[in-house]
Amino acid sequence: MKILDNKRQLFKLAAVAGLVALVGCSDSDKDKAKEPAFQINQNPFPSTYKPIASKSVLITNATVLDGIGGVFNDSSVLLQDGKVVGIGIDLTVPDDVTTVDAKGKWVTPGIIDVHSHLGVYPAPGGTAHSDGNEATKPVTAQVWAEHSIWPQDAGFQRALAGGVTVMQILPGSANLVGGRGVTVKNLPGSTVQDMKFPDAPYGMKMACGENPKRVYGKKGGPSTRMGNVAGYRQAWADAQDYQRKWDKYYSDHEAGEKGAKVPKRDLKLETLALALKGEILVHMHCYRADDMGTMLDVMKEFNYKIAAFHHAVESYKIADQLAQAGVCSAMWADWWGFKLEAYDGIQENVPMVHAAKACAIVHSDSDLGIQRLNQEAAKAWANGRRAGINISQADAWQWLSANPAKSLGIFEQTGSLEKGKNADVVIWTADPFSTYAQAEHVYLDGALIYDRSDPASWPVSDFELGQPGEGDSK
Amino acid sequence: MNNLIKYSLFGSMLLTQVVAAKSIAIVGAKVHTMSSKGTVDNATVLIKDGKIQKVMQGDAALAGYEIIDATGKVVTPGLIGASTSLGLVDVGFSAGTNDSNSSLTSISKTGAAFDVSYAINPDSSLMAIARIEGVTSAATSMGRTGQLFNGQGALISLADISDPVLQARGFISTRVGNGGADTMGGSRSVLWVSLEKALAEAKFAIGKSLTPKDEWHGELSRADIAALIPVVKGEIPLLVDARRAADIRQVIALKQRQPQLNIVITYATEGWRVAKALAANSIPVILDPEANLPFGFDQLGSTLKNAGRLATAGVKVSIGMETHNIRLARQHAGNAVANGLSWDQGLAALTINVASLYGIDDNLGSLEAGKVADVVIWSGDPLEVTEAAELVLIAGEPIDMQSRQSKLRDRYLKLQTDKPMQYVRP
Repeated sequence: MKILDNKRQLFKLAAVAGLVALVGCSDSDKDKAKEPAFQINQNPFPSTYKPIASKSVLITNATVLDGIGGVFNDSSVLLQDGKVVGIGIDLTVPDDVTTVDAKGKWVTPGIIDVHSHLGVYPAPGGTAHSDGNEATKPVTAQVWAEHSIWPQDAGFQRALAGGVTVMQILPGSANLVGGRGVTVKNLPGSTVQDMKFPDAPYGMKMACGENPKRVYGKKGGPSTRMGNVAGYRQAWADAQDYQRKWDKYYSDHEAGEKGAKVPKRDLKLETLALALKGEILVHMHCYRADDMGTMLDVMKEFNYKIAAFHHAVESYKIADQLAQAGVCSAMWADWWGFKLEAYDGIQENVPMVHAAKACAIVHSDSDLGIQRLNQEAAKAWANGRRAGINISQADAWQWLSANPAKSLGIFEQTGSLEKGKNADVVIWTADPFSTYAQAEHVYLDGALIYDRSDPASWPVSDFELGQPGEGDSK
Repeated sequence: MNNLIKYSLFGSMLLTQVVAAKSIAIVGAKVHTMSSKGTVDNATVLIKDGKIQKVMQGDAALAGYEIIDATGKVVTPGLIGASTSLGLVDVGFSAGTNDSNSSLTSISKTGAAFDVSYAINPDSSLMAIARIEGVTSAATSMGRTGQLFNGQGALISLADISDPVLQARGFISTRVGNGGADTMGGSRSVLWVSLEKALAEAKFAIGKSLTPKDEWHGELSRADIAALIPVVKGEIPLLVDARRAADIRQVIALKQRQPQLNIVITYATEGWRVAKALAANSIPVILDPEANLPFGFDQLGSTLKNAGRLATAGVKVSIGMETHNIRLARQHAGNAVANGLSWDQGLAALTINVASLYGIDDNLGSLEAGKVADVVIWSGDPLEVTEAAELVLIAGEPIDMQSRQSKLRDRYLKLQTDKPMQYVRP
């Protein structure tokens, strides 16, 4: 995302300026005082993801949705060196290309789910595996979902068979601020670092409404929605204060002042401060239109950005405001009524948000739903059409790949079949807006990581090895 | 032809105002009768006095019939919610009374006696939300009692009527998987002894007088005994939640010990591993075909192929375990079809198979002369997620195709700024 790039740029410039000042200084005492400023390692758990080696692949004769509104009939897609080279019929192909005839089949970008708890609430469940909510204090921005992810959750492989190539794994919604989410590629690994999407910004989970007040109502609060909002605001105010301390430290250091003291790190406020700066993207569980309306003002008050409201069952009521604020809505097609704040869910929510020119995303929040997000989009699309909202299938696919990628800050790398982007691609057996369509081939960075027709090639989690149904078609 | 109404989505609203006639003819559709007649193209469905009068190919003499032109549409029997808590719950969570759950009370020591037929609310918003999408009747029961049995369930109509109960005390549910064990002392060793004991006491009590003045030294309450007698006689089904193969084998063994029991297995997650034995013992299943993860150690072999493999082995499969979104049962069935279940069995799993396992197939589940005219006209294949119910008839009456959700949609379709949205009455 542009904002992020600019901020990173600024950060680099500041570092260089510091260096110049150091070199240009002649006073030896000052030289001593001007040891490099303390820098926080912002990437202590770096990605060790390695794509599987791949050869060039030419997918031919397919109906191709490019993910940004384009549809190409009887076309080819060329994948080379892990990237999308192009869509068309007259592509220049390398000699060693593998051709995949996709006649009658459809090709789309890989599905990106912005809301998953795979690994943090894995199967099997039970308290031993309940690692998704640090429900000990209402604000736990210091925890990171990646430290809870169990890579042997078989849910990852199930999602792969549903065409999901990338997902954001979030803490749960028990807390006002639940901690950092992480974006992963859906290639199995032994550690979570093997799965981490290189250079993807972090997300931060927040939650509106019923869950935090229920969880903390008898644990010291908040016990009301107004208590929730006071909690967010105090957290942001604390983060501003914390940031001022660090800003002062850096400016004192820069000015060569003696005794510039490195502030004590506070992991909670550090994450919040990075969210205020836009370096961590805020993803907020929020059902009701009025809760969202309040948060839009909190966002202005503290000058931060909410990337997306998740669940957002009432976005259709304020779709115009969401469009204006530039906040995405991540939604289910038709879930409703399991709690009071979901009582007004309607099946046209997604297309109504799209029609208001707001950013619409179809998400799962479910280890079953993630396996058929194409069907969720199909239902929303069809229900929209019946209500007179005519959106093309090609446009609707933005809900599954491009818009999620934008809200995760990874759209420059993936989320559409544009030249130079990661070759994250699905070949569907049929129109993916059909119940009967299935992901046949899934490519990640150009490598075929799922082939429905070759059971021997399917990944099997350690947990399922040696158990009933090992290697079965799941 | 008189009063020909050109059928369309918004025509259906008009239709509900026009059609008050007792006799309706649906013409031109592809009709899946779910009877021995199979699928009839370009069919005429005659409905009279709330019942199916006839399903035939081609034209018929239609004088006196209100005609619904369904050319190009697909017609099926109304879908039957196989396992729901419809009418018992509005919002299950932190929003007041939820009649689908209970805590322990002294009236029952096992939960068998609880009777949901007193608790059904036909005005629950869930009813219209489900029926406008083709769900016309349902089995409804409690989801949690914290005891051995989840009470006596009922069979209900989803029509907008004051008394929706088709059959009170139509079945009893219990659980023998991890969930059941956790409820009953934490172990199947406790659970099964409790279950066998309860059934044995009920069997013993058949034909005995159990008024307050009669002696009764059993451990079950008199109310529990009265509820369980129809189960042990095989008059109503006993729904048993069993997931791993070993648990399903225990249920099959129970059926072999007590062949008179009318046992239905719910979930049957590893049912595919014992499919032949289930078929051989005529035990039908109600399952969620999308459950394909090892959620617990009693569901390790879960797979999307379960429904198809069971049906291939000859097991009668029903689909539809949901409440708020029971309308998605057809998507569940569609996914079962995508994973090996035949299309016909997919639709049967939503209609005739459900009617058959609850013993209401003399009235519901297929479009045959004499049966209740619960009929759905679909825009296309009902197992396709992009198709929809366009008109629903319950007991021969076209329903109002509106719900609270359709009204919310219509209110907010155009966001207006000159007046608050609460003034918009769709």
